[in-house]
Amino acid sequence: MSSEAPGAAALRAPFDPHQLGNRPVGAHAPQPVTGHGAGGPAPKRIIVGYGFWIFLLSDVIMFSSFFAAYAVLFKNTAGGPTAQQLFDLHNTALETGCLLASTFTCGMASLAVGQRNQKWTQLALLATGLLGLGFITLEVREFVSLVARGAGPSRSAFLSSFFTLVGCHGVHVTAGLLWLGTMMAQFYAKGFRQDIRHRFLCFSLFWHALDIIWVAIFSLVYLVGTLPPELLP
Amino acid sequence: MSGEHEFDAGSNVGEDRLPGAESATGERTLGREVRGYALGLALAVGLTAASFWVRGTDLVYGPALAVALLVLAVAQMGIHLIFFLHITTDPDNENNVLALAFGVLIVCLIVFGSLWVMEHLNHNMAPMQDLMQMQR
Amino acid sequence: MLGKLTWAAIPFDQPIPLAAGAFVVLAMCGVLIWVWAKGYIPYLWREWITSVDHKRIGIMYCLLGLVMLLRGFIDAAMMRLQQALAFHAAGYLPPEHYDQIFSAHGTIMIFFVAMPLVIGLMNFAVPLQLGVRDVAFPTLNSVGFWLTAVGALLVNLSLVVGEFARTGWLPYPPLSELTYSPGVGVDYYLWAIQISGIGTLMTGINLVTTILKMRAPGMSYMRMPIFCWTALASSLLIVAAFPILTATLAMLLLDRYLDFHFFTNVAGGNAMMFMNLIWAWGHPEVYILVLPAFGVYSEVVATFSGKPLFGYRSMVIATMAICILSFTVWLHHFFTMGAGADVNAFFGIASMLIAIPTGVKIYNWLFTMYGGRVRFSSPMLWAIGFMVTFAIGGMTGVLLAVPPADFVLHNSLFLVAHFHNTIIGGVVFGVFAGYTFWFPKAFGFTLDERLGKAAFWCWFVGFYVAFVPLYIAGLEGMTRRMQHYDRPEWHPWLLVAGLGALIIFCGIALQVMQLAISIRSRERRREPTGDPWDGRSLEWATPSPPPAFNFAVLPNVTDEEPYWSIKQQAREQMRLVTPEPHYEPIEMPRNSPVGFVTAFLAAVTGFSLIWHIWWLVVLGLACAYVTFVVFAWRDVAEFEIPAEEVAGIDRANRLARADYLRELAR
Repeated sequence: MSSEAPGAAALRAPFDPHQLGNRPVGAHAPQPVTGHGAGGPAPKRIIVGYGFWIFLLSDVIMFSSFFAAYAVLFKNTAGGPTAQQLFDLHNTALETGCLLASTFTCGMASLAVGQRNQKWTQLALLATGLLGLGFITLEVREFVSLVARGAGPSRSAFLSSFFTLVGCHGVHVTAGLLWLGTMMAQFYAKGFRQDIRHRFLCFSLFWHALDIIWVAIFSLVYLVGTLPPELLP
Repeated sequence: MSGEHEFDAGSNVGEDRLPGAESATGERTLGREVRGYALGLALAVGLTAASFWVRGTDLVYGPALAVALLVLAVAQMGIHLIFFLHITTDPDNENNVLALAFGVLIVCLIVFGSLWVMEHLNHNMAPMQDLMQMQR
Repeated sequence: MLGKLTWAAIPFDQPIPLAAGAFVVLAMCGVLIWVWAKGYIPYLWREWITSVDHKRIGIMYCLLGLVMLLRGFIDAAMMRLQQALAFHAAGYLPPEHYDQIFSAHGTIMIFFVAMPLVIGLMNFAVPLQLGVRDVAFPTLNSVGFWLTAVGALLVNLSLVVGEFARTGWLPYPPLSELTYSPGVGVDYYLWAIQISGIGTLMTGINLVTTILKMRAPGMSYMRMPIFCWTALASSLLIVAAFPILTATLAMLLLDRYLDFHFFTNVAGGNAMMFMNLIWAWGHPEVYILVLPAFGVYSEVVATFSGKPLFGYRSMVIATMAICILSFTVWLHHFFTMGAGADVNAFFGIASMLIAIPTGVKIYNWLFTMYGGRVRFSSPMLWAIGFMVTFAIGGMTGVLLAVPPADFVLHNSLFLVAHFHNTIIGGVVFGVFAGYTFWFPKAFGFTLDERLGKAAFWCWFVGFYVAFVPLYIAGLEGMTRRMQHYDRPEWHPWLLVAGLGALIIFCGIALQVMQLAISIRSRERRREPTGDPWDGRSLEWATPSPPPAFNFAVLPNVTDEEPYWSIKQQAREQMRLVTPEPHYEPIEMPRNSPVGFVTAFLAAVTGFSLIWHIWWLVVLGLACAYVTFVVFAWRDVAEFEIPAEEVAGIDRANRLARADYLRELAR
């Protein structure tokens, strides 16, 4: 119990810790300040992490717009094929496995970066990249086969929204792979400098978030979407 | 550079702590961190497998299947947030949790709001045949 | 090789756009040649174009907004003239042209006047008010600005090369689909907004992070100036709402480019979904615009009443309530689309509820003025003008929130008058208040007060003369966007509205004169202490203009209105009360061309997408990636300002303030 957690002293601050009541203004009544960012600007890492977190939330909201469109247009198959007829759940399971494994290897890469271990960083990142590439390959193959069967995005509104939602996720993963390659090159060329580690923090947040979005996609689009019509909500 | 900790578990370095990293009350070792990720992976794999399995069997009451899959999905997202994105109740992490709550609120408003509105609009919409015939 | 681009894209056969385009091109060339001949280019490149300083970027945003205000106003004047003339007549603008003008007017005013001005003010003032050196991500700030500028460039380019959208400022399908808008107009709109939308999102992220994670020591949430709270709420709305816009416009782009069927009439598309999604963005958008304006009024009213803002806590709660509620009202933009009574009732009630926090704010401003010693300088005039005007606009809004009333008034001139009432009375007046308020801080010299007041009166009177007739014409049944009409009862109102536009034009002319004359006489207008208005918050503690690092030493904040309390003590004791600090070297972020280069590539890519020049699209995107990598490869991100330089600047300001106190003592 030698050192208290940071902010613990502040949490024992006097009544009205946020100065919400009336109190004399000015230097005549200096008030103790609690945590919550009143200790001056936060360290760079926290700032970078938070900024990227906000960006991720905005990206999630963008995906939710595509989800909303998908949900609204789900039944608009214009006489064409439906989800139940089109989606191969085995492929989906493989894709899910790839992405989940890549999230884990990305976590391992974070640990390797923390240890400043170049070899393990590059290996973990390579594994992440290969698994991500595997995911993209499976997805592209699925799209190509759908188009070949006349179930391309121009066939119906349902298919348009499917290709857009899942395709948008795929585009994000592809951009992530480009970013990953760049990170590998940067670590290799410049070592574990602070700004590169911060960039990698952002990349790992991004990669994990993409897996979260994939959870929503495979659960709702593939698993729920292929249920027989009477079981759909 | 300012003093870095001996064992730099995770990507937490020196005075810049990742929000949600184990606070000073816990020891941050590489072993613990790997175990954290591995546990997250195991739980996520478990829940994913459960989703696929539940989908394939008859064990869940039919109309509740969609809800069950939704619940499993939300649980998986929670696992990801806690184990991989390190969301905790640390005071420095409060803003992250608040922002997440705000995001979830907006997502719900957009998705459910759109579904509600579009359902009503579609319901009140004249059939396309009649509409086309109304065009001169 | 050049996609759809041919010489036919230039409107040689249409005199008005040709003349306008020629004028703009000549003016721009003239300015560029003058700048080059005077040798200003290295200075501009080094100090402004590649700057990552929030103050410089804020000023550039405001400059973009003000210049685009001229273009948007000219569009408005052309519309007023057309409607004044087109009674039982064709007017002077053919319909295809008139449609582009009202579309361009709305698009420019919302996206390239109001947004840049509001973002510019937030960019300039927030770090200064928070007592920190810059925003969280300075280089990202620069990228965001230049992307916004590219959006404006593309919209203006459509005047000269090709055409603009004819759909109104929100491109409703099916009209905006390829079937009914086969030209490049809608594509210009879509890519301009997508590109600038990315820039805006970057700003939102930047400001949220700055306000929540970077404040001077001791500045807890309840000690932040109200402008920072409204900037936070507005930025949260940007982060939450702009992705919806991006997604919806992307769906329309996919429909147009790749034969998708989101909103088409065939293959199961649902055009109504566009309205639903776009207004889910559109309503928060107007709060994004007006919340910072409310913040400006809070600062201005407190400063010019000589009293702290009344009801700080309730202001904060009202601001955050507006932030959340703005996401629950969007359907009131399409009550008539047929969602039915239940849905309409919910959104109608929600729309009325959202007027309550705004009412709280107005009462707080009034109570701030009550008992204070009010100085009627021009920022205060804008604020008082706002209170009257916006209250009326808000009331017509509550009226429109009643679905049965809206069924009569939807898309009439009543609606047009309502939203101009709130946007001009709220946002534009607020921006002008902020502009006159912070101009001395940004540039070190004051603006001519007399011309400023004259400009206010012209805007104020002109607004009512221009828009009250539109309320009446709307009640008499006139629909919006009419190119010609034949009802005699509408004609006199439209003539009066034209006169109102003329009066507003005088206001704008006075503002331009004010700027020119003030710049001419700037030496005589210098304000040495940095505090011309007897301000209350931290930005007035810096010299004017503030140095790159803002504060020599980050201030230690012990209460609300930290600068005011120190100042009062200094006045009581007739001397500077803060001792000279220990000066240390300061690290500041390096300038970078990445913003400008990225934006240039975005412009090339956007233009190629519009004209289907595919190889150039690929090239543009590839070059953008290379740019990012090259930028990421830089080794030195900061430079150091030596302690002596910091000391020199700060001591000069302390001397000026000490002189001022000595003058007071006499």
